[in-house]
Amino acid sequence: MALDMIVGSGVDGAPAEIETDALIIGAGPVGLFAVFELGLVDIKAHVIDILDKPGGQCAELYPEKPIYDIPAHPTITGQALTDRLLEQARPFEPTFHFGQRVESLKKVDGGFEVETDLGTRFRAKVVVVAAGGGSFTPKRPPLAGIEGFEGASVFYAVRKIDAFRDKAVLIVGGGDSALDWTLNLQPIAKSVTLIHRRDEFRAAPDSVNKLRELLSDGSVRFIQGQLTKLNGDSGALRSVTIRGPVGGLDLEYEVEAERLLPFFGLTMKLGPIANWGLNLNENQIAVDTARFETSEPGIFAIGDINTYPGKLKLILSGFHEAALMAQAAQKIVYPGKRSVFQYTTSSSSLQRKLGVI
Amino acid sequence: MIKVTFIEHNGTVHTVDGEPGQTLMETAVKHAVPGIVAECGGACSCATCHVYVDDTWKEKTGAPSEMEEDMLDFAFDVRASSRLSCQIRLKPELDGLVVRIPEFQN
Repeated sequence: MALDMIVGSGVDGAPAEIETDALIIGAGPVGLFAVFELGLVDIKAHVIDILDKPGGQCAELYPEKPIYDIPAHPTITGQALTDRLLEQARPFEPTFHFGQRVESLKKVDGGFEVETDLGTRFRAKVVVVAAGGGSFTPKRPPLAGIEGFEGASVFYAVRKIDAFRDKAVLIVGGGDSALDWTLNLQPIAKSVTLIHRRDEFRAAPDSVNKLRELLSDGSVRFIQGQLTKLNGDSGALRSVTIRGPVGGLDLEYEVEAERLLPFFGLTMKLGPIANWGLNLNENQIAVDTARFETSEPGIFAIGDINTYPGKLKLILSGFHEAALMAQAAQKIVYPGKRSVFQYTTSSSSLQRKLGVI
Repeated sequence: MIKVTFIEHNGTVHTVDGEPGQTLMETAVKHAVPGIVAECGGACSCATCHVYVDDTWKEKTGAPSEMEEDMLDFAFDVRASSRLSCQIRLKPELDGLVVRIPEFQN
């Protein structure tokens, strides 16, 4: 993907409100195709995604796995599908905002005001929720009472590095996040202990080499084992209980820990969408099948996130939904404009938009 | 038909019929066996179809691939008998297979 299509996550300084015709929540295959369909009817879009890359589940869960039910592609991988959808959307110059989750959405005069967890603010005439299975969020290990420590001692990402300064930090996991933070927090923490179920790491070779150096000079401690219990009171973690091999025996023992960073991958959660006042049906957004509009006029929902009689969670269904949504969105963005249905094969107006003539 | 037995963490036993070529995860989902979440649908990308293979069956089910080992890092309470059930494909030799479901799918 070309860098000119990416806007970095986060905004420097005091962010101004970004005005856009359409705001698409979710950069999965259906969100990307929505850019194309909206573009054909002259609607410009900004796209927000919690991941740091486009493609949604296709890119996060199965980039290398073939998909066999995309029309005209007897087989295509999740990543190849993403790349082609980006290429198809390119003439319409979407602006992407990665690594951000939409927190709030409220109705204002002439559209909607939307804000992300990084404080990026948008004013959009229409909102298209293409959020698939919800936002990818870090998995919470099933340890008793862990909720009580979250935000005080247990964190799933490092937002403020000072929260770790001069603390006994325990990091769990064997991938890039676990190793990156082990390397980055080691200089400022009182101590850093990495715990992982095996003495093998999935991280980038360079990070693994750097970790091995820190282990050999004793500046980081490695424990092979798994967490079984958190110990502490009122949000303040004191130690964790670990089970693992010690001298050929499988033992349980305590290790001092004031801060815990567990990295167990991502799972999909509906998240703040549940609080936007939309009609939900078992965590899916109810829509009509002519416009794919939610209970709130001007907010559409397409792809796996929506539900209607006969709904099938297929990428191809999401594509169809995007096309009909765009026709309905056009009536909101350009009220009163007479729309003529056109084909890309023959319409010179559409071909100019696509940059092919 | 290949008979497979899933034993839940609370001891509840589910013996169901699987078909050759089907994965163990698919068999569990088809028969609504509780405790097999299979969030990613079988792409070896989520570790929520974690099972423990009974010792007597370990040889016949084989060892996890490197990709599966990597994904097991995301599971909870991983043991030497841990497998992801989406990566075990049923075959006639597995008739009678017994697996246990962990208390939590992380």
